[in-house]
Amino acid sequence: MRGGRSLVRDFSLVLGGGEALVLTGPNGVGKTSLLRLMAGLLAPADGTIRFDAEPGRTDRTLSEDCHFVGAQDALTPELSVIEHIRFWARLLGDDTGSEAAAFSILDALGIGHLETMPAGYLSSGQRRRLSLARLLAVPRPLWLLDEPTNALDTAGRERLRILIARHRALGGMVVAATHDPLELPDAMELDLISMAGVR
Amino acid sequence: MSGMMALFRRDLLLALRGGGGPGLALVFFASVIAVAPFALGPDLVLLARIGPALIWLAALLATLLGLDRLFARDAEEGTLDLLFASPSALELLVLAKAAAHWMTTGLPLAVVSLLLSLMLNMSVATGFATALTLLIGTPALTLIGVIGASLTVGLRRGGLLIPVLVLPLAVPVLIFGVAAVEGVAQHGFMAPAFLVLAGLVLATLALIPFAAAAALRAGRN
Repeated sequence: MRGGRSLVRDFSLVLGGGEALVLTGPNGVGKTSLLRLMAGLLAPADGTIRFDAEPGRTDRTLSEDCHFVGAQDALTPELSVIEHIRFWARLLGDDTGSEAAAFSILDALGIGHLETMPAGYLSSGQRRRLSLARLLAVPRPLWLLDEPTNALDTAGRERLRILIARHRALGGMVVAATHDPLELPDAMELDLISMAGVR
Repeated sequence: MSGMMALFRRDLLLALRGGGGPGLALVFFASVIAVAPFALGPDLVLLARIGPALIWLAALLATLLGLDRLFARDAEEGTLDLLFASPSALELLVLAKAAAHWMTTGLPLAVVSLLLSLMLNMSVATGFATALTLLIGTPALTLIGVIGASLTVGLRRGGLLIPVLVLPLAVPVLIFGVAAVEGVAQHGFMAPAFLVLAGLVLATLALIPFAAAAALRAGRN
C-alpha cells in the first residue's frame, strides 16, 4: 500500500541462494516500494516477508540480513570516502574491519584514489560507486539494488556486474530494480505492471 | 556496542567539521545572556538575583535550537535506513546520537555559563552552582528534545513543531534546575531540588531512548 493505493497483491515469490531477480515496470509502479518492503523498511499491509537462512531464527530483523542501496545514497558530505567504509563496517557489522580490507573495497569499485576526499566533493557517479561499496563493507546475503547503474559509467557498470556475479557465486541473492539491462545471467524477471491490481 | 560507538564518533566528527549546529547554540546562548542586562537595566542586584534563571532559560532554548536536524538530516541522506539495518539496538543508537549532541551543546553550554555568570554579577559560588546544575541537567533537555526530533523526522519544516511538543515536557527540568542552583549554593549536593533534577535526568535517560526509537520505527516510510 502506498498513498492509499495497493501496489502489488496476490504475489508470492521465493528466492534461493545464488539467484537473482530483476524488477521491471514503468515509473511509479512500485519497484522501490517493493524493495523497501523486502528490506524491512516498510511494513506490508498484508502478508509476510521472511528470510530463512536458519529456520525459526527470530533474533534478527529482516533489515539485518540485507543491503538496500537506493536513490538516497546515505553519504555524509563532511566524511571522507574511507571514513564512510569504516563507519559502515562498524555500524552494520559490529566489526572493526582492517584498513587493508577497506582499501581493497575501494579498489574493487575503482575509487581507491579518492580515499581521503570528502563525499561532498564527489561526482554523482563516484557517489554511486561509494554507496555500492557498502555492499562489500559488511557481507550480507541479500542485496536490494534500486536503479544501481544510475550515474555509473560503462566501467562502473562492468565492476558492478562482476561484484554481483561474485556475490551470487558465493550463494548470495540479488534483487535489482532497473531500466538498464544488467545482463545478470539467468536472472528471473518480474514485470510489476502485470502484477498490479486494478489501476 | 561498536555500532553505538561508531555512530557517536561520526556525529561528534560531523559537529566538529560541519560548524553550524553546536557553534550556533553557543553563540545564541552567549548573545541572550550578553544582551539581557541591556534590556533589564543596570540594576546589579536584580541581575544577580535572576541570573541563574536567565542562564537556564537561555540554555533550554539554545539546546532546542538545531535539534530538529538530529534525525531529519539522517533521514534526508538515507543514513536513518542504515540505523534500522544495524545489528545494534535502535534504542542504543538513539542514545549514542543524544550523547554526541549533548557533548557538543550541553557540555560547552555548562562551561561557558561560568564566564557568563560574571556578566550577570553573580557570585562565584552561584556561578559554579549554575554551571554544575547545567552540567547535570542539560542531558535531560537534550533527551526531551530527542523525543521531538524523532516524532517530527518525516515532516518537512518539522522543526517548527519541536518547541511546541517539547517545551511543556521541559518545564519540570527548568523549575528544578533553577531551584537547584540556590539549593546547591546553600546546602551542597544533598539539596532536595538538586536531587529531583538528577532524578529527572535519570528518568529521561531510562525512558526516552525507548520512546524515541518507537517514534522512529512508527514514522519510517
